[in-house]
Amino acid sequence: MLNYIWLSLIVIGIGVAVIKDLSQPADPAADTRYPMLTKVTNDGIVGSAKTAVTLAIGLIGIMAMWLGVMKIAEEAGLISKLASLLRPVTTRLFPDVPADHPAMGAMIMNISANMLGLANAATPLGLKAMEELNKLNKKIGTATDAMCTFLVINTSNVQLIPATVIAIRAAAGSANPTEIIGPAIVATSISTVVGVATVKLLAKIPAYKRQLEA
Amino acid sequence: MGILLTIIQTASVIAIPAIVLFIVVYGAIKKVKIYEAFVEGAKEGFNVGVRIIPYLVAMLVAIGIFRAGGAMDILSVLLSPITSLIGMPAESLPMALMRPLSGSGALGVMSEIINTHGADSIIGRMVSVMMGSGETTFYVLAVYFGSVAVNKTRHAVAAGIIADLVGILASVWLVNLIFG
Repeated sequence: MLNYIWLSLIVIGIGVAVIKDLSQPADPAADTRYPMLTKVTNDGIVGSAKTAVTLAIGLIGIMAMWLGVMKIAEEAGLISKLASLLRPVTTRLFPDVPADHPAMGAMIMNISANMLGLANAATPLGLKAMEELNKLNKKIGTATDAMCTFLVINTSNVQLIPATVIAIRAAAGSANPTEIIGPAIVATSISTVVGVATVKLLAKIPAYKRQLEA
Repeated sequence: MGILLTIIQTASVIAIPAIVLFIVVYGAIKKVKIYEAFVEGAKEGFNVGVRIIPYLVAMLVAIGIFRAGGAMDILSVLLSPITSLIGMPAESLPMALMRPLSGSGALGVMSEIINTHGADSIIGRMVSVMMGSGETTFYVLAVYFGSVAVNKTRHAVAAGIIADLVGILASVWLVNLIFG
């Protein structure tokens, strides 16, 4: 599916730019004949590729930091303690993962960080969880059911405090910048419940099941 | 409400130091060689960062092409008959489309809409709820699966998109219900 989405983004993106450039009467004052295609090249292709590397490099430091802290938590037995605390929930969500597996603890840490809006901590913890989940993966390169479920929980994540949104609203002179917290929590809870139900349902589809078999 | 804002601001400032302090002190009490353990864990950081680069480049370039070419505006126009049916103002459509694709893009769209329509307008509230309840799905997919070199994502993408869609619909419904 990612293949089709990727293809569509590129084909539609460039297609629209071409149509826009051709339908626009040539502006003699402009320094380029094809402004949209130029934008696609500069911002879309060159700019985004650069941004991707900047993002990934920027992640290294904070990634190392949280992986280090996680290692301490792991050796101190905090992660397994956390995992056993939420065992009734996690074993239902991730039936293929042993209840005391480090992946469980890492996933709980990631989801908690996300709920608190700690984006800096959430991504490293989530990647740690993926690494642990991948240790249970019998077919490397293919997503397991547990990975898919974890991803959907992550993308539809319940965030208790959307701090950035509140800050922007406050700066824009809102009479009540925090009033959106309630509706945001309800909306994201609905999307999480539907997302988890969907991912569980889709996992039963034979075509998806077959991909897991060797 | 001023008190709530203060609590939120305080909580988001102290959360990270508090967690770090707790784990380090707890580890020391449990007689973990904390410095060695930290360094041992941190070693992996570089590899993970480098491993996700190709996935992130693939995802961000495709999204970048789509945005730079102006396809977003056309999609907004095409979808506007549907959105007006469900009580979604046409101005908030770019936000709904941008939210799963780009975090900084969505933040930009949100700020622009709030500055144009006001933070306390229905549209301003709607984009705020969309921003607060959504997530940059495609970034998460690229980074998380990329870190373990997963290419076959199976049903994760479909389920993620459905969850996004439901989140947007729920935002529209709730804002109209509460503030409409």
